[in-house]
Amino acid sequence: MKPDRSVDSRLLSAAGRQLIVFTLISLLGVAVLMFALNWLAGLTSSAAGGSRAAVDIEANTITTYLRDEPPQMNSMIATDAVSGMILNHVMEGLLRYDQFGNLEGGVAERWEQNGSEITFWLREDSLWSDGQPVTAHDFVFAWRNALSPALGSQYAFILYPVLNAEKVNNGELPLESLGVEAVDDRTFRVTLETPIAYFDRMVAFVTFLPAREDFYNATNGRYGADPHEMLYNGPYMMTSWVHGSSLRLEKNPYYWDDNRGLIEVINFAHMTSDPNTLLNLFKDKQIVMADLGATMLDEAMLQGWQIQSFQEGTVFFIEFNHRDERLTRNLNLRKAFYLAQDSGELVNRVIKLPGYLPGESLFPVWLRGVEDSLRDEFPAPMYERNIELAREYLQRALDELGLEQLPQMTLLTGDTPTSRMQAEYYQEVFKRNLGVDVIIDSQIFRQRLEKMTQGEFDMVMAGWGPDYDDPLTFADLFTSWNLNNRGRYASDALDAQVRIAQSSLDTEERMRAFGEIQRLIYEDVVIIPNYERGYVYVTDPRLRGMIRRVIGAEIDFTYAWIEE
Amino acid sequence: MWSYTLKRILQGIITVWFIATATFVAMHNVPGDPLSSDRAANETIRANLEARYGLDRPLFEQYLMYMGNMLRGDFGISFTQQNREVNDIIREHFPVSATLGVLAVVFAALGGILMGALTALYRNRLPDYIIMFLVILGISVPSFVFAALGQLSLVNLNAMMGFSVLPVAGWGTVSHMLLPALVLGLGTMAYLTRLMRSSMLEVISSDYVRTARAKGVPPARIFTRHQLRNAVMPVITVLGPAIAAITTGGFVVELVFAVPGLGRYFVQAVQQLDYTVIMGTTVFYGTFLVFMVILVDLVYGWIDPRVRLK
Repeated sequence: MKPDRSVDSRLLSAAGRQLIVFTLISLLGVAVLMFALNWLAGLTSSAAGGSRAAVDIEANTITTYLRDEPPQMNSMIATDAVSGMILNHVMEGLLRYDQFGNLEGGVAERWEQNGSEITFWLREDSLWSDGQPVTAHDFVFAWRNALSPALGSQYAFILYPVLNAEKVNNGELPLESLGVEAVDDRTFRVTLETPIAYFDRMVAFVTFLPAREDFYNATNGRYGADPHEMLYNGPYMMTSWVHGSSLRLEKNPYYWDDNRGLIEVINFAHMTSDPNTLLNLFKDKQIVMADLGATMLDEAMLQGWQIQSFQEGTVFFIEFNHRDERLTRNLNLRKAFYLAQDSGELVNRVIKLPGYLPGESLFPVWLRGVEDSLRDEFPAPMYERNIELAREYLQRALDELGLEQLPQMTLLTGDTPTSRMQAEYYQEVFKRNLGVDVIIDSQIFRQRLEKMTQGEFDMVMAGWGPDYDDPLTFADLFTSWNLNNRGRYASDALDAQVRIAQSSLDTEERMRAFGEIQRLIYEDVVIIPNYERGYVYVTDPRLRGMIRRVIGAEIDFTYAWIEE
Repeated sequence: MWSYTLKRILQGIITVWFIATATFVAMHNVPGDPLSSDRAANETIRANLEARYGLDRPLFEQYLMYMGNMLRGDFGISFTQQNREVNDIIREHFPVSATLGVLAVVFAALGGILMGALTALYRNRLPDYIIMFLVILGISVPSFVFAALGQLSLVNLNAMMGFSVLPVAGWGTVSHMLLPALVLGLGTMAYLTRLMRSSMLEVISSDYVRTARAKGVPPARIFTRHQLRNAVMPVITVLGPAIAAITTGGFVVELVFAVPGLGRYFVQAVQQLDYTVIMGTTVFYGTFLVFMVILVDLVYGWIDPRVRLK
């Protein structure tokens, strides 16, 4: 036995014991630290004082999530879907959509259109959350305010059908000259610039929601920034809002309609859009619903969950650049691109999510026509994929353009993995079928918009969602005067049809115009339709009556209840 | 010492000013602006908006105005969160990131020191091999992988136990922090373990340890007083920058665990071109980092006068 070794091993065992002691002390220290942090974190909690389970039957409470932090809740400047969704729960406009998507009276008991004059009669029992009645003056104030130049609302344009609205918005006329009037407390009269057939359907939009002047002015510009800086007239009230973390809705005791607001508390306990996090939260029974990504379907089926899907209403397409200096101005070239691809292949082999529909038209399938769906009454004409023909058109285009070979084309797209994947599909298809080189220009949202506006693209992967429940919300997109027509397509024939659809009061005539617009867009290959976006989601089986909407709130809990 | 301190602080201020100016210039040169949206605004609406945010003035005037406000500690109002001041956003969300960061640093430091000492003591034996293998994993695997894996295992654990052992995501109690903090601290923990190991090995074979042994100092005392205490010095010096890095770098972990920290606002602001929030968070983080570096420098200078003279 060497003495040296024994010293070593004695040292080692002593050091080992010391390490264990230190570890224990560290753990104790960490425990104390965590106790302190526990108190600290309580100040910024996401639980919002509610229960942690997805469904709490006794408390009649559900817990769910928000995709994003709502920017703010001032209905006159709100533009995004998340604010719109919350506003739909806490506010009520003149008109609203019922469980089946039909227009019905909200604050207005009944309404009547007489040419360019619409009168709304307000119900007696519609109250603000401080007990005062909702009056016609509240609508007059809100509509004027939404158009006030000082407020600078991005959605002011949606009020432009109202008499003098545009002039009020650019400061040419005072707010008082807007065509709205409180005849008495319960009669609200609107005068339009010209008679239009679809104004009542626009009135359900958030920008048209009421606000009470005295309360609004008392908030000193912070209306809708925090729960106590807002007045509610919907089935729910916001009782807590921890920014970036959680938001809590409780039943509004002053709300008049007993058929809505059946669940006592809706707790939006998380704000995240990470699909994996949502799936894990759902699996852990922390939230009542979750949207799924393509890779999660197998897992969801394995778990035996109720999988549901719905089309959320937005149409996606490749928009060509129609500016003079661009090659894509050539019709035969656009036809070649159209014929070389297949939107069915994109949806079924690349996107692979149920709920998505292959794109066939600018008009999505859910739009209503004269009696039935618009797309049933006016089926979308389509080019079937035909590679032979596509090459023929390409050759013709090259001849017309006086080119030997097509230079590289730019396909502008977003920066999300999905949009890049879709762009890659088209890149590959155009290369394989036409021998055309396409480079993908992937940009973050606002830079993509800027490039679209400046015309720095040949093709762009774009989309359009509805603002109101009428085909016109899609139909006027490619008119020569529409600022959203970023490919700068211009056609007198199309403009003329849109004017008919705007001004006619005859439903059949309007729908014929939409059919005509659909045909013109197809014949001129203004766009290549890609798909109508769908959502796949799972819900807790105890939650019933939740509605997902195309127009209005994308998720609507106001008619929902808990079943034991 | 005073002139050294003053000099370092002055350098720090210039650095922050440079960061602010560079960010301002870069931000305004990116195509697009925070007011563009998928619903194109007509001239009227656009002009109303620009006037509201002061974007209608010449860029240099905006710069001067901005710097003036910044000196008064006012970062302005967010473009996307239209009713919130950037100051409020920082004040409400930085404590969350900081709390998570502090816990992560504590995990990293304690874990790193203890495991580093262990591997040095047992070098080339089984504990050493196992820990060093894990260290390589910890350094090379990015945190979002650990975050996703950790969360998934937690879901399965909860399902297996039949009750919620730890919440899967969210914020509010210390049970929400454990896993995110651990994930956030893993990389640093691995790095500190390596640092501690090599430093410890150096100390073990040093003259003063041999002298202590020869004198017959009790082994436990040799370990704590002579070995651990000396070996831990380099670890402490890297802690300053590590704290800054962890507190500011938790975006991915915050996203996965739905933690309402400042990191999310920082990244979203860039994607949304939210000018005021970009400036506010960048300057704030920049100042924080610079401050930590200065602090470490000053502590160095205090410990080792040779640094001051350079």
